[in-house]
Amino acid sequence: MPQATEAASKRRGKAKAPSLSREELLRAYRDMLLIRRFEEKAGQLYGMGLIGGFCHLYIGQEAVVVGMQMCLKPGDQVITSYRDHGHMLATGMEARGVMAELTGRIGGYSKGKGGSMHMFSREKGFYGGHGIVGAQVSLGNGLAFANWYRQDGRVAVTYFGEGASNQGQVFESLNLAALFKLPCIFIIENNKYGMGTSVDRASASRDLSQNGAPWGIPGEQVNGMDVASVREAGERAVAHCRAGKGPYLLEMKTYRYRGHSMSDPAKYRTREEVQKMRETSDCIETARKALLDGFGVTEADLKVIDDEVKAIVQDSADFAQESPEPPESELMTDILVEVG
Amino acid sequence: MGAVILMPALSPTMTEGKLARWLKKAGDSVKSGEVIAEIETDKATMEVEAVDEGVLTSILVPEGTENVAVNTAIAELDGGAGNAKAAPAPVAAPAPVAAAPASVPAAPRAATPEKDWGPTKTITVREALRDAMAAEMRADADVFLIGEEVAQYQGAYKISQGLLEEFGPRRVMDMPITEHGFTGMAVGAAFTGLKPIVEFMTFNFSMQAIDQIINSAAKTLYMSGGQLGCPIVFRGPNGAASRVAAQHSQCYASWYAHCPGLKVVAPWSAADAKGLLRAAIRDPNPVIVLENEILYGQSFECPTADDFVLDIGKAKVEREGSDVTIVAFSTMVGMAMQAAEKLAEQGISAEVINLRSIRPLDTETIAASVRKTNRLVTLEEGWPFAGIGAEVAMQIMETAFDHLDAPPVRVTGVDVPMPYAANLEKLALPRLEQVVEAARSVTYRR
Ligand SMILES: Cc1ncc(C[n+]2csc(CCOP(=O)(O)OP(=O)(O)O)c2C)c(N)n1
Ligand SMILES: [Mg+2]
Repeated sequence: MPQATEAASKRRGKAKAPSLSREELLRAYRDMLLIRRFEEKAGQLYGMGLIGGFCHLYIGQEAVVVGMQMCLKPGDQVITSYRDHGHMLATGMEARGVMAELTGRIGGYSKGKGGSMHMFSREKGFYGGHGIVGAQVSLGNGLAFANWYRQDGRVAVTYFGEGASNQGQVFESLNLAALFKLPCIFIIENNKYGMGTSVDRASASRDLSQNGAPWGIPGEQVNGMDVASVREAGERAVAHCRAGKGPYLLEMKTYRYRGHSMSDPAKYRTREEVQKMRETSDCIETARKALLDGFGVTEADLKVIDDEVKAIVQDSADFAQESPEPPESELMTDILVEVG
Repeated sequence: MGAVILMPALSPTMTEGKLARWLKKAGDSVKSGEVIAEIETDKATMEVEAVDEGVLTSILVPEGTENVAVNTAIAELDGGAGNAKAAPAPVAAPAPVAAAPASVPAAPRAATPEKDWGPTKTITVREALRDAMAAEMRADADVFLIGEEVAQYQGAYKISQGLLEEFGPRRVMDMPITEHGFTGMAVGAAFTGLKPIVEFMTFNFSMQAIDQIINSAAKTLYMSGGQLGCPIVFRGPNGAASRVAAQHSQCYASWYAHCPGLKVVAPWSAADAKGLLRAAIRDPNPVIVLENEILYGQSFECPTADDFVLDIGKAKVEREGSDVTIVAFSTMVGMAMQAAEKLAEQGISAEVINLRSIRPLDTETIAASVRKTNRLVTLEEGWPFAGIGAEVAMQIMETAFDHLDAPPVRVTGVDVPMPYAANLEKLALPRLEQVVEAARSVTYRR
């Protein structure tokens, strides 16, 4: 086993005391709650027929993206799959623009032309929103390649599911990233299922954090239901990348509470399994408890945050219904960049 | 203040469903996230979770009710302590959900005298595809099915329902999301004489595997001087579903039909689906079967004969006419039939040809029709450039140019990636008026 990997795997399991300050944890709580409430609202609008097509909710996994985002600086890039609403909110994209894209309106980030799976913000370093399982991993290497090429000290964070981790281009990407020492953090969001297929029915590997081991990519398994653990591991990964030592891989053990997309009958797991995760490991509840018990935060303090979040989400839903559909002229725009 | 619970849309193409079961009754209190009812669509049974908390004051749609339209009020909820506003307000005018699949007029009498297969039964395209696979798997132990979610989940679109139970896990195998890898594996198995059916969850994902389909499956027979054939079927939904945007809404007919070494079929009706898929499985060559998600739930008459099968390479005249020939495939056949109906009202007699097979193309049937009508309109969902319409028109130029009284006209999808917005998506796909207009223009009735 390569040295770096060995060191990393030794660290595994040794959970230290929560490393977040009061302010950091409050912020994380607020960001996770925003994603949760936003997604619940999206599910509701879908049920009303205001959102069409596929709609993959991030509920349950909020700690992963919020914890990672705390490690990043402006200019760093993020890329992910179709389960992307949480990532967009975490990078600071506006709830209004995301929700209006979900309803297919001109006020959406893609003017209504991309929908749930395809939104982008260069300004916030968010490079999508990709519908083809695994494709974003090669693209993420490209973001990291640009950082390496420009020597600008930025890192790229590439998120993908444990299902996606089996795609051929993911393995090609791991080799390329290691070969060129690209500043790329691979995040496997292992939520245990790719649609209806559990991880043990799709991967022969029992430890996905070691998927980069053949190429010497250090990897760690992380409790992805705990924002402090995510943040700690994320800091190690970012430090490694910024120091020019090449890519890093984090396997986030997480869980999605809702179906794969809105039309998932979820017969492949029991309600009890979902209920148990919600009750014992929920990232928002964990943060809430830590704030109340360890930091002297009061219920009233949290209520202020809850209300702020509720207002943002309601405002985004209102905006997403008021914003008009794109004008018909938009059908023929944005196909090629005009030359000359 | 009370709030109303509406019949939810649970999938991109759902417009109605059966309210199978209430798990709560009037007077019960519900918590958000709790399952309150079960709904059945043609694809699956789904649980409906409460979004809001409160007390169910009344149930408006009793359990067992079929065909409940999306957005129908199904129950009333009393929000209790300041909670009511979170419930979906009944006044919010919902945007149109999935465009309702064009209701297809009852299949008219076949105009081409096809072999009479005897008694028929009404079945869905979904059932026809499943029956075709089951029949061939019973008949030939070398036939097996692989793909994502085909076994335990019973198929992402429920096409393989029951096959795992009947044929077991060696012959109905779930694959990880590794299209390139499992397609290569299946092609290799076919080189040894096995007869794999590879289901792509949708044809969009076949692009991950297109190298193996074309460079390996399609070309090896030729490169081996005829030694190494590849009896394999690649099947799955093709084309636009509904509101799933650019990466998930594309027609691959022209892509695969371009390549020598492949056969490409595109069924419309249940009989097409069953007859063509059985033929594809028996064919000693690689065959691409382009299905359509919106057609899966539509019902048609289908022969019940055990040996029912169709010829690959034969088109079907679905409706006879004398003024203009409309050529279409897959779901667009339904639109062509509707157009013919409209045109008849305007005194124009349209002949509708259902290609069934894209490659080989039944030029003879199209040419025979054009010799009679002297006008040609082609219709497809895909893009115009180098599309199937372009090929059909060119073949007609080559074989029946002197019989044309007007330049052929193509009706196609618009030359843009598929937009997500409901209004733009509608504009990007062929519309009935355009087909009618095209037919009027080639008959100079405009
Ligand atoms: C190449 C490709 N194959 C199949 C699909 C259909 N599909 C969409 S999501 C998904 C499951 C992915 O699971 P995972 O990577 O674990 O991510 P999760 O949905 O759990 O976040 C599948 C099979 C696709 N979009 N792209
Ligand atoms: Mg997963």
